[in-house]
Amino acid sequence: MNTSEAIVLVRRCVHEVAPDIDMESISDDAHLQETLHLDSLDFLQVVELLSSRSGIRIDEEDYPRLATIASAAAFLAQH
Amino acid sequence: MNTEFRMPSLGADMESGVLLEWLVHPGDTVHKGDIVAVVDTAKAAVEVECFTSGVVTELLVEPGTRVPVGGPLAVISTTTGEQPHAAPTVAAPGVVTSPLVRHLADQLHVDTGTTPGTGVGGRITRADVIRQAEPVRISPRARRLAAERGVDLRTIGSTTPGRVITGDEVLAAADALGRPEHDAKGIDPQAMRNAIAQLMAKSKKEIPHYYLTEQIDMSTALAWLHEQNRALPVAQRILPAALLLRAVASACAEVPQLNGFWIDGSFVPAGGVHLGVAISLRGGGLVAPAIRDAGTLSAPELMAALRDLVSRTRAGRLRASEMSDPTITVSNLGDQGADSLLGVIYPPQVALVGFGRIAERPWASGGMLGVRPVVTASLAADHRATDGVTGALFLQAIARQLQLPEEK
Repeated sequence: MNTSEAIVLVRRCVHEVAPDIDMESISDDAHLQETLHLDSLDFLQVVELLSSRSGIRIDEEDYPRLATIASAAAFLAQH
Repeated sequence: MNTEFRMPSLGADMESGVLLEWLVHPGDTVHKGDIVAVVDTAKAAVEVECFTSGVVTELLVEPGTRVPVGGPLAVISTTTGEQPHAAPTVAAPGVVTSPLVRHLADQLHVDTGTTPGTGVGGRITRADVIRQAEPVRISPRARRLAAERGVDLRTIGSTTPGRVITGDEVLAAADALGRPEHDAKGIDPQAMRNAIAQLMAKSKKEIPHYYLTEQIDMSTALAWLHEQNRALPVAQRILPAALLLRAVASACAEVPQLNGFWIDGSFVPAGGVHLGVAISLRGGGLVAPAIRDAGTLSAPELMAALRDLVSRTRAGRLRASEMSDPTITVSNLGDQGADSLLGVIYPPQVALVGFGRIAERPWASGGMLGVRPVVTASLAADHRATDGVTGALFLQAIARQLQLPEEK
């Protein structure tokens, strides 16, 4: 997966968890929890979707790297 | 014997509810605990369970009707061994029973023999007649907008006899399609705000709150959790919230004076521990449905129950028993919250436990200063029911339980 594919995937997963957010108005630097107000359960659901769709194992230690759309995409693209 | 199935009280603040949907038909056999209807309160669409077993003989109200708490909704025959005649009181499909509807049908030259009925038991309703009325006039703008936005013109409920569909009606229908979650939930943000306002104002007016807080070292609990989660797929990972809930449930067993209700001037202890969990809705508002019998659940089970409850709350699919009988409420602000939370008690409950954000703090222990993940637990309790000493015991029980995460 390259970075731009990963960005699309992250955006799609966030949208599924929080359909009320207008993703088009959100920049890739948006912080999932602080800016988009995902709570810990929402975040866990995003992690679950990302992991199952990409097939990449995501451990708790990796959570800080999923802070923003861009950083999450970079993480996925590296694996 | 016939029993009336009545509008349940789904919370201290509920005066009436709108019947949204029947999930049973006359003639159906129902068992105690079956979900038979969906009711819209000011806060959420709630799945309502049946309190008796028997056969539904009559549905007394049509979907869309507002019914006061205690008002009859359906008749259930609880006589055993006797086969009741199937739905004697409900009209056969396609039958007009209301003179008003028949009159309207005559006026609009609608043949009721060919009109599909969407009312209870296939009754033809006023809307059915209007829908059937010809000719339907559709403005050119409406036709264009409908094509653009994918709106089925037959679904537009124009209630003007002689039926002209306007562009604005198409836009409204398109809006409704674009926001299905609002329709499905039937939540009116203003109504929810009002319900919260009323209940919280009542609480602060009537309940003399006292507040206690306790800082709790979470390092043992989080280390245990981390170890558990390492082996688990993401879908089963446990959040600290589940451990906090379990600690509260076990504190309720140790100090039962805070688990129950203040009714008519005295404390009534609750039979079980049903933890009300304050869940904020995306887009605003708050609901506090219960995880039932939380004391019997392990951390993974509580986590599963929490996930299920949050997703159903946000999808607007709560069950009546979850709305009506929390025995104590827990409010957890989570990662994004503040340091601590001093809550407002949900009457007639007598206590609310709050948790702030778990954050690293300087922590003195055994003469040494270190850095530990710490959470501030708080208790808001009803001073009519208990005194601070009891509250302090309760917080200590929570703190102790969180040092023993592997138990249960």
